[in-house]
Amino acid sequence: MTADAGYNFAYLDEQTKRMIRRAILKAVAIPGHQVPFASREMPLPYGWGTGGIQVTAAVLGPEDVLKVIDQGADDTTNAVSIRRFFARTAGVATTTHTADASIIQTRHRIPEQALRADQILIYQVPQPEPLSGLEPSRAETRRMHALSEYGAMSVKLYEDITRFGQVSISYDYPVMVGGRYLMSPSPIPAFDNPKLDRMAALQLFGAGREKRIYAIPPHTEVRSLDFDDHPFRTTRAPHRCHLCDADGSYLDEIVTDDRGGRMFVCSDTDYCATRRDGGHAGGAA
Amino acid sequence: MLVDLPGFADPVRDAQACFRTVLAAMARPGTVHQAGEHLAPPAGLHRATAAVLLTLVDGETSLHVTDGFEVARDWIGFHCDMRAATAGHARFVLAERMVDLAALAAGSDEAPEESATLILQLPELQTGTSYLLDGPGLAHPAPFRARGLGEGFVAAWAANRARFPCGVDLILCSGTQVAALPRSLRITEG
Repeated sequence: MTADAGYNFAYLDEQTKRMIRRAILKAVAIPGHQVPFASREMPLPYGWGTGGIQVTAAVLGPEDVLKVIDQGADDTTNAVSIRRFFARTAGVATTTHTADASIIQTRHRIPEQALRADQILIYQVPQPEPLSGLEPSRAETRRMHALSEYGAMSVKLYEDITRFGQVSISYDYPVMVGGRYLMSPSPIPAFDNPKLDRMAALQLFGAGREKRIYAIPPHTEVRSLDFDDHPFRTTRAPHRCHLCDADGSYLDEIVTDDRGGRMFVCSDTDYCATRRDGGHAGGAA
Repeated sequence: MLVDLPGFADPVRDAQACFRTVLAAMARPGTVHQAGEHLAPPAGLHRATAAVLLTLVDGETSLHVTDGFEVARDWIGFHCDMRAATAGHARFVLAERMVDLAALAAGSDEAPEESATLILQLPELQTGTSYLLDGPGLAHPAPFRARGLGEGFVAAWAANRARFPCGVDLILCSGTQVAALPRSLRITEG
């Protein structure tokens, strides 16, 4: 595939890419720390993945194979648009297969299939500041990060436990990176949090509106916040996938009619399709 | 004029390829990668060093070139649109001998990213003194060899590591080889 004429490779100009690349390197050197960057206006609105797109544009090369997922799915509007954007502006090959991709840009999921050392996972992040719900002032949260002053978050988890008997955060569950920085993993389900820990692939996070880039290097310890007597636990819908019968994947609930009909299917469409190709069949078959 | 020597033949692709090399080196400390094979930099500048400079330095950041690059200075100034700064303030420092890490910008606790990246040109990588690396990016402690980091390097690095999250990051270049030592690393003589 060839790129449309009139664009620089991957849309951004070279000056902008260098600025983003410098920020990415500092982010990798300080795991979990939010590095400010001069986020550009992109040809799609904030909230549609402008941060992830800018990181992808700075990293992407002509030999890369790009996969884009939105809530695990390759075929939703956001994923299709971003994949087409880079196919047009960079002429790169795209894929829906996790194993075939060298760069995976994601909105709010980590693929079920374990990623390899030669892959890079790039997250779209709406709110990079994990303390934003507890402390509105960015000047103050910067100081809290500087001092590693994260007691407020532990109090929030504690209050959840006293009121609900459990931590009531089901997505964007805060993590400690390398034992130093409290970090938002972006709104991935808490189900995906264990995959962050010691992942073989490099993980980059881009927040376009909030103008922050951060990173988790490969094999880095990422611990979901918890207490000794209330250890972190993941949850998933207690069902099997209706299409591929998987009993360990993260499931989406789909309403099928107006009489209470519903079914549960894998949120990771590539994982589900690969299983079905391999002969697995659920209740729908 | 030395600025007659070209930079990247294809600035877009070559810079991207070199960045991915540096990114891989920074994400996996101590691993050695290739960069700048097709460059023809002026005397005194190795090809990998030239590639890293062309990829990361421009007029929006600052560079301090230490003594020893007199021949290459004009080339760097021209191709990197170099904005010079003193060693203590520059975001990038180019050197061919180990410099005092404590004298370079280390950032602040609130903005540790406002720190220097030392681009250190060494006579040889993968030979010379043995070190053992451990930290983010490494599944297990990994051996690393380099010639020219100097006698007191392990102690100087320990002091650099003790300032984490502040500190200096190193990009090591030799010939067409690149490796990186981010500040998060623990280094012992191995």
